[in-house]
Amino acid sequence: MNTISESFVLALTMVANVDPQIVAVVALSMAVSLSSTLCSAAIGLPLGAAIAVSRFRGRSALIAVLNAAMGLPPVVVGLVVYLLLSRAGPLGRFGLLFTPTAMVIAQTVLITPIVAALTRQVVEDAWVEYREYLHSLGSGWFRSTQTLLWDTRWSLATVLLSGFGRAAAEVGAIIIVGGNIDGVTRVMTTAIVLETSKGDLPLALALGTILIAIVLALNLGAQGLRNWAKLRHG
Amino acid sequence: MIGRLARNALALVLATLAFGAMAENPSIVVASTTSTQQSGLFPKLLPAFEKETGISVRVVAVGTGQALDIGRRGDCDVVFVHDRVAELAFLAEGHGVKRYPVMYNDFVLIGPKSDPARVAGGTDIAVALRAVNAARAPFVSRADKSGTYEAELRLWKEAGIDIAATKGPWYRETGSGMGPALNTASAMDAYVLSDRGTWLNFHNRGNLGVVVQGDKRLFNQYGVMLVNPDKHPSVKKDLGQKFIDWLVSPRGQAVIAEYRIDGEPLFFPNAGTDS
Repeated sequence: MNTISESFVLALTMVANVDPQIVAVVALSMAVSLSSTLCSAAIGLPLGAAIAVSRFRGRSALIAVLNAAMGLPPVVVGLVVYLLLSRAGPLGRFGLLFTPTAMVIAQTVLITPIVAALTRQVVEDAWVEYREYLHSLGSGWFRSTQTLLWDTRWSLATVLLSGFGRAAAEVGAIIIVGGNIDGVTRVMTTAIVLETSKGDLPLALALGTILIAIVLALNLGAQGLRNWAKLRHG
Repeated sequence: MIGRLARNALALVLATLAFGAMAENPSIVVASTTSTQQSGLFPKLLPAFEKETGISVRVVAVGTGQALDIGRRGDCDVVFVHDRVAELAFLAEGHGVKRYPVMYNDFVLIGPKSDPARVAGGTDIAVALRAVNAARAPFVSRADKSGTYEAELRLWKEAGIDIAATKGPWYRETGSGMGPALNTASAMDAYVLSDRGTWLNFHNRGNLGVVVQGDKRLFNQYGVMLVNPDKHPSVKKDLGQKFIDWLVSPRGQAVIAEYRIDGEPLFFPNAGTDS
């Protein structure tokens, strides 16, 4: 049997047997990536919306920086967060290195620009459309951003999903700041790296298949929820 | 909506933190080499230690150079590595308290069945490396700061070859861990120096096999050190020392000796010796 079909069978077996070790790794993967997505939403949504509706000097430069930051190299982010959290670094006294929290921080740094930049675009497009209307209502700056964020929520859900996708698929940063410690900071992607290192390619690919399936299921779920809500609430 | 999102985010972050805190029975961080983990020794050794002491061991498995660097920054409690020269330097810099020899295994020269350098079955690593060099046969080098790479460099020197000056396209510096280097060698039928433990636990062998072994210059000693708490106050010295004491105790040494793959031992305990 070749490696690919072998890994497929292995993936199905692991899922069918509800391998507790795999379940723990998957759960940690999801907890870390969902946390970082929420953190980046808390920062990126208001930030993106604020930039969309404001006019100030250096705005287009800021947007260019934000757009460029969507492609931050994960390894570099990992290294910087590592140096910050290291005992010898400025945040060393919190002892966060090699913990899931460190991984959440690294992923948040990685995906906040994505969320902020895409939110800026989405909200700005809506802002062009609604501007007169919001002005006529006498909506202030804060009220306008709130309304715009709410009205573009379906597009923003996709923005958050793309942030989540990047977080869940990422390995370069979290393997540096998490250390891939068994049972503590080992997630799907770092487990895949480890199994590849051991030359156990079928197992590595089986884990990869499960990861892709989970991300797909989450996206399908989100899509379903969105369709349902749209039907109900328009 | 924003307020709600922010609240949810905060709640989840706190939940994650709590998740981390829950696992907070006493634990230490050990920076070690990929070989101890990828050979399967740690997955066997650590549960035994945890069961007897209730201390959980968190292993960060990287190359020896990086492991020592983690120690230098005070980010781990114990380092468990295999490069005597680098370990003694670590001690001399004051980052370690004391070095304890724990166990040894050996390096083996891995090569393809086609054996273009005609070295299979040899027991003299210097002769073999000279043949690989003469044949310009593909050779995969770790080219990182790992213990295995340092050993490789010493062996080229033993063979009388200035590898930095003579290396050509046949000498492929991958800058990767032992497993990835073996994967690369397997994909291009190259020679590669590996520690025996990682090799025995390696699955993707392709055409590769052991071609040279048994030379005493292939000796590979592992040592363990507590990171100096005087220099790095965050080091959990009591727990870390407990781990070290257990490793060199008859009990720890027995668990090391018992670890085998297909009846073949991977590591040979030698605590208390002068290695």
